[in-house]
Amino acid sequence: MLVEAVYWQRLVERTLCWIAVCIWDLMMIHFHLDHCGALPYMSEMVGYDGPIYMTHPTKAICPILLEDFRKITVDKKGETNFFTSEMIKTCMKKVKAVNLHEVIQVDDELEIKAYYAGHVLGAAMFHVKVGQQSLVYTGDYNMTPDRHLGAAWIDKCRPDLLITESTYATTIRESKRCRERDFLKKVHDCVEKGGKVLIPVFALGRAQELCILLESYWERMNLNIPIYFSLGLTEKANHYYKLFISWTSQKIKNTFVQRNMFEFTHIKPFDRSYIENPGPMVVFATPGMLHAGLSLQVFKKWAPFEQNMVIMPGYCVAGTVGHKILNGAKRLELENKQTLDVRLSVQYMSFSAHADAKGIMQLISWCEPKNVMLVHGEAAKMDFLKNKIQQEFGIDCYKPANGETVTIQTLHNIPIDISLNLLKRAASFAGLKSPDPLKMRVLQGALVMRGNKLQLMDADQALKDVGLKEHNLRFTSTLYVEEDGASEKLAEKIYTLVKDKIKDHPTQYSTDGSISVSDVMITVSGDDEETKSVLVTWSHQDEELGSELMEILKNELPVTME
Amino acid sequence: MKLVCLSNNPSKPCFILYFKGVTFMLDCGLDLSQILNFLPLSLVSGSKANNLKDFLPTKEKYGAEGEDLINELKECNGQTFVNGVLEFSPPETRIIDLSTVDAILISNSSCMLALPYITEYTGFKGLIYCTDPTLQIGRQYMKELVTYVERVPRNKACNLWKKDEIMKNLPSPLCDAINPLTWRKCYTSQDVDSCLSKVQVVGFNEKKNIFGALSTLCCSSGYSLGSCNWVIQSDYEKICYVSGSSTLTTHPKPIDQAPLKYSDLLILSSITQTPLTNPDSMIGEVCVNAAVTIKNGGNVLIPCYPSGVTYDLFECLSGHLDSCGLSTVPMYFISPVSDSTLAYSNIFGEWLSSSKQSKVYLPEPPFPHAELVSLGRLRHYKNIHDIQSDFKCPCIVFTGHPSLRLGDVIHFIELWGKSSTNTIIFTEPDYPYLEALAPFQPLQMRIFYCPIDTSLSFPQVNKLIKDLKPQHLLVHESHITPPTSVIQRPELVITSEPPPLTYKQGEVITLPVKRKFECIELDPSLAASLEPMELKPGSAISMVNASLVVKDNKYVLKCLPFEYGKRKIPGEKRKSFIFGNLNTKTFIDSLNKQGINDIKLEESEDGSIIHLPNDDTLIRVEQGSTHIMCGGDEDVRIKIRDTLLQCLQKL
Repeated sequence: MLVEAVYWQRLVERTLCWIAVCIWDLMMIHFHLDHCGALPYMSEMVGYDGPIYMTHPTKAICPILLEDFRKITVDKKGETNFFTSEMIKTCMKKVKAVNLHEVIQVDDELEIKAYYAGHVLGAAMFHVKVGQQSLVYTGDYNMTPDRHLGAAWIDKCRPDLLITESTYATTIRESKRCRERDFLKKVHDCVEKGGKVLIPVFALGRAQELCILLESYWERMNLNIPIYFSLGLTEKANHYYKLFISWTSQKIKNTFVQRNMFEFTHIKPFDRSYIENPGPMVVFATPGMLHAGLSLQVFKKWAPFEQNMVIMPGYCVAGTVGHKILNGAKRLELENKQTLDVRLSVQYMSFSAHADAKGIMQLISWCEPKNVMLVHGEAAKMDFLKNKIQQEFGIDCYKPANGETVTIQTLHNIPIDISLNLLKRAASFAGLKSPDPLKMRVLQGALVMRGNKLQLMDADQALKDVGLKEHNLRFTSTLYVEEDGASEKLAEKIYTLVKDKIKDHPTQYSTDGSISVSDVMITVSGDDEETKSVLVTWSHQDEELGSELMEILKNELPVTME
Repeated sequence: MKLVCLSNNPSKPCFILYFKGVTFMLDCGLDLSQILNFLPLSLVSGSKANNLKDFLPTKEKYGAEGEDLINELKECNGQTFVNGVLEFSPPETRIIDLSTVDAILISNSSCMLALPYITEYTGFKGLIYCTDPTLQIGRQYMKELVTYVERVPRNKACNLWKKDEIMKNLPSPLCDAINPLTWRKCYTSQDVDSCLSKVQVVGFNEKKNIFGALSTLCCSSGYSLGSCNWVIQSDYEKICYVSGSSTLTTHPKPIDQAPLKYSDLLILSSITQTPLTNPDSMIGEVCVNAAVTIKNGGNVLIPCYPSGVTYDLFECLSGHLDSCGLSTVPMYFISPVSDSTLAYSNIFGEWLSSSKQSKVYLPEPPFPHAELVSLGRLRHYKNIHDIQSDFKCPCIVFTGHPSLRLGDVIHFIELWGKSSTNTIIFTEPDYPYLEALAPFQPLQMRIFYCPIDTSLSFPQVNKLIKDLKPQHLLVHESHITPPTSVIQRPELVITSEPPPLTYKQGEVITLPVKRKFECIELDPSLAASLEPMELKPGSAISMVNASLVVKDNKYVLKCLPFEYGKRKIPGEKRKSFIFGNLNTKTFIDSLNKQGINDIKLEESEDGSIIHLPNDDTLIRVEQGSTHIMCGGDEDVRIKIRDTLLQCLQKL
């Protein structure tokens, strides 16, 4: 099988756009822009016209993020060669929504199936199957359940190839609980001292997890310091979570009737005027890298004061304010030649949900692939993981560079049709006192090949089917025996002899004086005083038995040569 | 392949299917209709039920034992009722060893209510499959039933009347009860939890492998949230089980017919119970009757289940009230599970019709009742006791149970039954409404019967069958003759070509599906060792001698181990085949080459005779056969044999 994982790379707003184009259809893994940001570009501008598949939550959320992305890029940065709102709409119309585990027949040969991936709401891994060959593409996934999402899961689908992300190829990350405790402690300490906490987030994903975390902490500790999140996208996002409860974690699913975890009681919508409010507060604001919008506006106001704090819960692209302050910048240059002193405390906390090395190994042991391919990670770390996979599972592991083509050979059994009678006969444990699964079962038949159709059946039936007539070859050997007495007496003697020597064939002595050993016939004729002639008749199929009998008779009887 | 029908009620089906060594149970419906024989579980102890006449058994009719019937039966409006613990009729499982059932396939939430009886009280230890909404809504149905029963404890189990010699003399309808000795009291809440924890959730079009032998797949049936039809497939045979389907456009995802096409057998159950009414016009009537009642200052009572058509009623009724300027009239939804069913209806976007689904993308709740709830127009309570002083009349009350034998509906009938301004509207088709009302008579309140049964009607069934083209069709025996009540409507039957086979309770049907082929796999190294002979272009034949490996019900042919090549295998019959006709001239030439020169050939009509006088051998050659007759010299025979085989085609 030749797998071409073609990675369409495009640098848009310093975001690497990865899209896996698997064979000839497009499956969107989840709504993060690094996975779907180039979708309208592909379908509307490049001219991809095949089907596009997404899970329901991805289909719901994707257009909103795309529109947001477009606005920032076009309206704020002035990029011209970019997709339009209209393109997003027409593109989304082409999207077919899939359910988890639903087997979708894309065409006669190709079928796809989505599995839960956990990374963000609606994230999925895809199993792609053509004929007997199959592959699993994971996208980003998370093997440990968090506050709002469950863990990725896959069944033992034994694909020929597993293509997995390996962002945290070597990290075995510390317990999530510790990080959460740490986060809560920092927030609590800050507000207790009267400080303001700013948490720049992207609208979907981490924001919800952190909201749930703070909400339940506030409730437990009975705090009344206000928590806000910025209006618009985040609030709308919470609605999505409410309606797609079935995609969240088991705990949330079990309790949502009594209390929908995404209906926050302590967290209120934010208004710009609150920026100037005195006293402690916690604010979630978009975007997450402090490169524009409300989060930057709030940051500018709060940065000069020591008691305040900013917590960066995710990765920041180089050049953004977020990246600068994480690198310890104490003075920032703003657009209009102004400067900003950064005196507030800057904290970095990674809550990003990717599978670590342990998780990747676990996924491999679950789905038992024949080959593994690592993508989306740092080369050195991937080498380490590659070796580990090869050692532990004894399977081939690849880590192709962008643009590289890998050829992977796969070997499969050939499916054939078999007549049920033949199969049942061969599969039964006939002749055995108790079934013995270790005993070899031998099947004999004829394989008839017509076009692409392979049929295995009883040889007789097969010959008849293809219009071949078996050539009936028979042998009759005559032995002359010098023995007195009635021919019946000789026949009886032969019967006793044969019965004694031949054990694994039924021997019968019939009333007309002939002896049958399986299908071999022995007849004795001749008058009392004469030399008797013994006729042995058999067909070619019984050649072995026939010649054996001949040998016995020749050795044991007084045979004359005429 | 066999099918056993265990249910007496074609709308609450339960079957056992034996197919390819696997035993399936298809649906597990609970027949509740016989609870109409019981007195309602009233909340108020001083109410009507306690002032009923005792049933006075006569000695000559019921014998000495019969006197105790006075403790079990009561008379009400000339009808006899059982005054004891409510009992339900689970599927007739006595003819089946349930520990041999491998899997239960559930098609919708109204066909699973007998599940706890199977999982908790028998030796069943197989798999249970259903969709997520079916599981969640089914749980609510069960919990509602349990809560209603447990809320009004009634301890007296009545079994005396069930004795054959007594029952046959009882007044109708008690004497017609079917197998009352098999009736069971309600399961408990723990039973429900334990039972449903064993259920495995599947999605639409998710293929599930059953022991490697078969695969099952469920596809949308359009009847209720998450309702499905099942396709059970081997490599060559396909059996479809169609239950509770609807081709109408309501809230669930529309029926998916494609996977059901061209099956070997289609088993059909749960078609309409009200063949004479049209669900659309019935919804219209419900709305009109409700609005008229409200305008006249009366209250409307709608006995309902906590899910299903009830959602559509909220939507249609609120819309109609708006158009009549009655938007301020409150709707109350009272059920122990009202909060859950409303909450669940909002999160199953993927399982809804596309118009409802697109709302989720906005993101807005898919059902309008979410907005009605937030506006306070639809108020839901778990219990009658939760209703505060804000209960405003006139109003519309949705509450259970539609049988009128349990639940808060009893209270409302007693409360509103005396006034002719009030109205009760029956929408559920499961119970004959007059029988349901019998113990409450006489009633002044107005009664409307507007059954809304969205399942397939006879014309819809016949059209569906034409589209699906099954080889064989299996239907309930009552569906091939017109309903007894409407003899003059001969079109109300299921027809198909060939005519449908029928099932009825307790019957074992041998299914007309004969398996001929099976798909197995050939190991590539064995395939490489084969030497096929081409017969004509595109067609070839090869003998196969291989070892058959069976694992997880999958068969693989592999090369025989090396030592088997030499030893004789027990049971092996032949190693090679010879075919074709013998060309005597070629044969004689070959014999010559072998040093046999004294050959005499005699041609005859049937063939030819080759005589080898030196070797005391006669060879008779005919069309398709050769007979070598020789003396006892084996060396000669073997030489001739090998020469002959060279002249024939061999496999």
